[in-house]
Amino acid sequence: MLEVNKENFEAEVLGAAGPVLVDFWSTKCEPCMALVPEVEALAEKYGDRVKFCKLNVLENRRLSIGQKVLGLPTIAIYKSGEKVAELTKDDATVANIEAMIKEHGR
Amino acid sequence: MAVRECDVVIIGAGPAGLAAALYASRARLRTLVLDKGTPGGQVRTTWSMENYPGFVRGMTGPELMDRFAEHAKEFGAEIMRGDVTEVDFGGDPKIVKTHGGEEYRARAVIVAPGAEPRTLGLPGERELRGKGVSYCATCDADFFEDLDIVVIGNGDAAVEEAMYLTKFVNSATMIVVHDEGILDATAVIRDRAFKNSKMKWVWNSVVEEIRGDGIVESVVIKNIKTNERTELEANGVFVFVGTVPKTDFLRGHVELDRRGYVVANELMETSVDGVYCAGDARIKYLRQVITAAADGAIAAVAAEKYIHEEEGFREMVLDPEEPVMVAFWSPASQASLDFLPTVERVAEGRRGKLNLVKIDIYKNQRVAGRYGVAEAPTMAFFRGGQLVEKVCWPTNESELAAVADKVIGG
Repeated sequence: MLEVNKENFEAEVLGAAGPVLVDFWSTKCEPCMALVPEVEALAEKYGDRVKFCKLNVLENRRLSIGQKVLGLPTIAIYKSGEKVAELTKDDATVANIEAMIKEHGR
Repeated sequence: MAVRECDVVIIGAGPAGLAAALYASRARLRTLVLDKGTPGGQVRTTWSMENYPGFVRGMTGPELMDRFAEHAKEFGAEIMRGDVTEVDFGGDPKIVKTHGGEEYRARAVIVAPGAEPRTLGLPGERELRGKGVSYCATCDADFFEDLDIVVIGNGDAAVEEAMYLTKFVNSATMIVVHDEGILDATAVIRDRAFKNSKMKWVWNSVVEEIRGDGIVESVVIKNIKTNERTELEANGVFVFVGTVPKTDFLRGHVELDRRGYVVANELMETSVDGVYCAGDARIKYLRQVITAAADGAIAAVAAEKYIHEEEGFREMVLDPEEPVMVAFWSPASQASLDFLPTVERVAEGRRGKLNLVKIDIYKNQRVAGRYGVAEAPTMAFFRGGQLVEKVCWPTNESELAAVADKVIGG
């Protein structure tokens, strides 16, 4: 998964041609850490349909809040520079993430 | 669909489930723990952990849980990822199914699903979850560095989590329903909180609404004495108002109370034989790591005893092809003790045609109860796994011999 940050978010996420998934996470967020292997597995499976990125909110707090992300875990999908779908907290389950990818992926 | 068999399946890897796993695996039971997330349960999201005996300071919730998990694995327990959606406790083995379609079969099941934060159902609460509304301080504290937050709740957990948040935020305003100076939190925590300069207090008040366009901007507070409403600007709202048990999947399978907590006795036995409950999901007085761990230990020992009792009964009484004469006796019943030599003589005279098994009804109350044996001596005869004759208080050898011969001839 591609690590995005305040320097490359514009180009890699907002300016990307196809759908982009962004996993907002932090090392302090235990539910996020629990999701890591699951999201990695989804990246293997759906990497050709959606571009997978992760964003460490500890190092990119302003950027996260700018994206209206103020809670973890949050997994969002962007298309043409717009956030089109988002799952947060308890809703961010593997099943829901997979369904979101299927709906918004290529 | 994969099917796996083991002795004990433990649902939930919080402190209750992990302690149960440690005790069960150390008793050499093949032990499997299922949890939908990382082991540790709610303790994972608690940073400060200063009331677990033996660790005064420097121990965090996640770290303690990692140690619990390591300890259980040390004795052979297997901890697996699995979101349990379906159970069938009706037969033997008991069946547990996960979201992914895996099936687990076990002789005994310990349910330790724990609880999750209770939500208030306030206008704006659901919509702004993850947008400033949070139930997990360690997850989201960083977002609120130098910002102003509101905390709802005033019990131990609420005040402790708020104090943790003050390491990050500019201010934490506690909305407290009680009169000034009164908190549900215990005195030691209360006193510490009152000395914390970043904590502010709004008394006699409740939050009525959380407002914001996309992210939290303010809360509407109502004073319950004056009914006056005020709007308070806030960047975040943390809610710590107790928990609800995660027992939906158990509904209709074990007895629950009105609020969804599992009914279990001192041995952690639920309404179903061989199914035990440990931890926060159980009706109990105190929900802490230490009481969860204690529940887990008791449940595992009770489950082990159950498995051995059932196994022994099946091997000796239900499985043999030849008829089995069971003498239910009790050390408390002199009559039953006096009758045992007679029982031995009747069995001796029919060696090869009739097996004798002696069962202490005090130590094996479950088996005795299943066959309606309430007092000793009671003689019961089994053939092909079925109870065929039962004699309560047989008086002499000839009476017992007659029944024995009838069963053998039968």
